[in-house]
Amino acid sequence: MTGRSRAERRLGWLLCAPAVLAMLLVTGYPILNAFWLSLHRFDLRFPEQSQFVGLANYASVLGSEVWWRALSNTLIITLGSVGLELVLGFALALLMFKATMGRRTIRTVILIPYAMITVVAALAWKFAFDPTTGFVNALLNLDQAWLSERWSAFFVIIFSEIWKTTPFMALLLLAGLTLIPQDLLKAARVDGATARQRFVKITLPLMKPTILVALLFRTLDAFRIFDTVYIQTRGAADTETVSIVGYNVLIARLNLGLGSAVSVLIFLGVLLIALLFIKGFSAPLTRSGGQ
Amino acid sequence: MTLRNRREDFFWSVFGAAVVAYALIPVAWIVSLSLKRPADLNDRRFFPSPVTFDNYRAIFADAQFPAALWNSFGIALIATALSIVLALFAAYAVVRLDFPGKKLVLGGVLAVSMFPPVSLIGPLFNLWRTVGLYDTWAGLIIPYMTFTLPLAIWTLSAFFRELPWDLDKAARIDGATPFQAFVHIIVPLAAPGVFTAAILVFIFAWNDFLFATSLTSTNAARTVPAAIAFFTGSSQFEQPTGSIAAASVVVTLPVVVIVLLFQKRIVAGLTAGAVKG
Repeated sequence: MTGRSRAERRLGWLLCAPAVLAMLLVTGYPILNAFWLSLHRFDLRFPEQSQFVGLANYASVLGSEVWWRALSNTLIITLGSVGLELVLGFALALLMFKATMGRRTIRTVILIPYAMITVVAALAWKFAFDPTTGFVNALLNLDQAWLSERWSAFFVIIFSEIWKTTPFMALLLLAGLTLIPQDLLKAARVDGATARQRFVKITLPLMKPTILVALLFRTLDAFRIFDTVYIQTRGAADTETVSIVGYNVLIARLNLGLGSAVSVLIFLGVLLIALLFIKGFSAPLTRSGGQ
Repeated sequence: MTLRNRREDFFWSVFGAAVVAYALIPVAWIVSLSLKRPADLNDRRFFPSPVTFDNYRAIFADAQFPAALWNSFGIALIATALSIVLALFAAYAVVRLDFPGKKLVLGGVLAVSMFPPVSLIGPLFNLWRTVGLYDTWAGLIIPYMTFTLPLAIWTLSAFFRELPWDLDKAARIDGATPFQAFVHIIVPLAAPGVFTAAILVFIFAWNDFLFATSLTSTNAARTVPAAIAFFTGSSQFEQPTGSIAAASVVVTLPVVVIVLLFQKRIVAGLTAGAVKG
């Protein structure tokens, strides 16, 4: 038995090793490398001037207004899109769950935004909101240069994000909805609970784990937003997000030292969000669930 | 009771119709733009009035777009094949074998899927230039695999957990070798799950923009999403809107068709990977 379990142990590790190694090599090594680079002055245009500078890169990133603006822009986009997606996603999930007519059609169509490339979705909405080529202004009888002003640009970016990713949220929530025992809802209905009461007191508490998973996935995704902003404004009109800043410093300006400091800070941001959610996961479900 | 149900039904039907329209608008809009003549681009109309296929002819006549399409297909297919093979091993081990560190593997996989890609592009850019992987297929396939492996491992292990492994045991008792049992019983049962995971992985690789823009520079490896973003048009006086729209339709269609054909499995795969874990 011990021989067998030892063989099993070895096989387990052997089978996992290639995947684990592939992931470690491309995430573990670069993040350590990024950390190391972030402690150096390292500009690819002037490689001979490289030297160890300690935390100076972090000081200049954290001391610059660009970083804090980008961080608040990212948070605005994250909160705006994820918050609305949760509400819309819930409505969509309920629709898919309850619709008697055309449920299959809805389930199929809802996958189209998911299947569409983010870049293409961003372009489609960019062209739609464009004052000269778009139909949105004609439809609303407006004369608005959407992407050249900060708040209207945010509106278009958040709108595009919501369009693209609500289906994902809805599908996860739908999976959670199907796990709720229907007898419970029926019993509550017989006992005279209104639709609202049933939703707030039964559906929501039972859905809490699913909601947290969906929120975590979407929040992390939204925090890393790059494609939509790059395509729609390239960060102009004060819509730069942290990923855009990172990309610009690293790839456009080739400043690996400073850019790596930005990368490490983004990594820490993602880590912080994940930790906050994981704390939320382990919080006793009954506390907010009972009332 | 029946009246209330009918009213509810009506409400959900109207809502459903609205959702269908909403989901289709950008797709219809980009198709419409791709069929407009350059002169009609600014007519602000939703539907093209004289329909032209010139934009499609133009992008395929250009050297850039067909090369990007070829890169996209090749890179996404190879990344998918490699990820699925490695993920199959790992998922099998995680579901069927007992070994210390199993939780660590699953936790690590989850951590990688949450990793911000922008944190990798600096070091990868630098490293790839040193080792000669910058602007090559392999230079994109490797980072794609990193992010598609977690997706594939979670989806496959969620799927494997549902398989009736007793059949495998029974076959072995009946005298089949482990290999025979695996090939004749488990592989056919697992095929739909593998297929689902492959579609999800393919979509991920097909969709990527950040790695494709930062780790490529020429037609040698630039994929369609990156190529579209750098379209310049046939002359500097002409907005490339029409060609961008046409290229967008061409890259969207294959994925939309795949997704619509296999929608049931994809929904199952997405939710199994994410919710059941």
